[in-house]
Amino acid sequence: MKNFAQILNSFYTFFIEIGELSYFTKRFFKEVFTKPFEFKELLRQCYNMGNKSLLLVGVTGFILGLVFTLQSRPTLLEFGAASWMPSMVSISIVRELGPVIIALICAGKISSGIGAELGSMRVTEQIDAMEVSGTNPFKYLVITRIMAATLMLPLLIIFGDAIALFGSAIVENLKGDVSFLLYFNKVFDALKFSDIIPATVKTFFFGFAIGLVGCFKGYYCKKGTVGVGEASNSAVVYTSMLLFVIDFIAVFVSDIFFEI
Amino acid sequence: MKNTINIVTVLKIKDLKKSFGDNQVLNNFSMELYEGENLVIMGKSGSGKSVMIKCLVGLMQPDSGTIEIMNRNIANLTQNEFNELRTDIGFLFQGSALYDSMTVRENLEFPLRKQKRKSEDTDKLVIKALESVGLADAIDLMPEELSGGMKRRVALARSIILLPKIIIYDEPTTGLDPITAKEIIQLMQSIQQSYKTSSLIITHDVDCARVISNRMILLIDGINYAEGTFKELSTSKDKKIQAFFK
Repeated sequence: MKNFAQILNSFYTFFIEIGELSYFTKRFFKEVFTKPFEFKELLRQCYNMGNKSLLLVGVTGFILGLVFTLQSRPTLLEFGAASWMPSMVSISIVRELGPVIIALICAGKISSGIGAELGSMRVTEQIDAMEVSGTNPFKYLVITRIMAATLMLPLLIIFGDAIALFGSAIVENLKGDVSFLLYFNKVFDALKFSDIIPATVKTFFFGFAIGLVGCFKGYYCKKGTVGVGEASNSAVVYTSMLLFVIDFIAVFVSDIFFEI
Repeated sequence: MKNTINIVTVLKIKDLKKSFGDNQVLNNFSMELYEGENLVIMGKSGSGKSVMIKCLVGLMQPDSGTIEIMNRNIANLTQNEFNELRTDIGFLFQGSALYDSMTVRENLEFPLRKQKRKSEDTDKLVIKALESVGLADAIDLMPEELSGGMKRRVALARSIILLPKIIIYDEPTTGLDPITAKEIIQLMQSIQQSYKTSSLIITHDVDCARVISNRMILLIDGINYAEGTFKELSTSKDKKIQAFFK
């Protein structure tokens, strides 16, 4: 009976949180188009999220392309289909692996960073101090971060995809004597409009989810320093879950429009 | 030296109520702050002092009651009007609440962003405010490079940068050593005299109350339990009042 009550309580808390997140999202769309616009802070956040994530995304993309090619190569060789390697790798990386894996990496870095930063600002009354000085902290802190994440994630993913393909090309060059020129010719032959557009569009939603959940968790952080840790941690967990949901919906919708 | 007080009300609270679940924190609390005075509110931890000032500046919504700042009922103001009114109120937070990611200069410039001033004017205001707290040399430091007392002084400079008519101090001396606490009290007095502000001071530091108050209110059980000068209250025979001065 006690367990049942606990499960019921967890569901209740979950749905309350979904409701609060919906209200937070509504507030974002209500305030994003109204003045004043915090362009300077937006640029600063774009720099923080974009530039400072480049190395992590680059390394992840490189290893992704490298490992994926190394693992797939023997199987393709077995079937005598080694020449299909660039096409298979490029389609897999551009359509699915690149966006999802890099978004997950960014959820860990960006979303938890936002959660921790805003959370500590909340518990040390910095957000209250902004509000008292007549500044709208939601506009200054939340809108700029969500916008920056939405704008920067597609760029990071394109960058990560390119590095992943470069990593794959290195393996093909070393193991299969395929020149870089031939490899990338095959890559661009294989990639179609219907591969690139849906994959790029969904990355904007990934970025939005990363910014939104991080800000939501940090902005409403409670319970002192423990709350900051919880905000940071739950931002990563919730964002990761949301990324898979968005990915599922994106694939479903792409299938309707592009018959992938 | 105590300042001159005019009987002009700048802040008025009437029958303020606020509860959290079954816990009634404020129960018909009323008070007035007059122009140019230093009003100290004392109360035990959890007595609702911080809740009261949070209601005053709109960080919390009271359950009922009215709050008038400069004769304007804040419940009837739009968000923009209230934000405008907030620029007349300086607020010194208990933990200073300096923005970690900004330098001292940026911390002080932040409240000025909405006012379209020339950068030279902004610089002058920032330097003047920092000079008034004796920290002009710390202008380019980050908050993490400052001591607790310096942070409090920078926060004080930030709270006066918009030349407010009222300054609210939330436990201004808490967490400071006696010497630094004394310096902060002296600064509060000098700022009050140079900027001609009215001050609402929340504290449980009796020394601070003795030095700075023109009038005191004891907040007990969510009500304005006793009101008077420091001398009147400290010599009261009421046991609940005496407990504060032992």
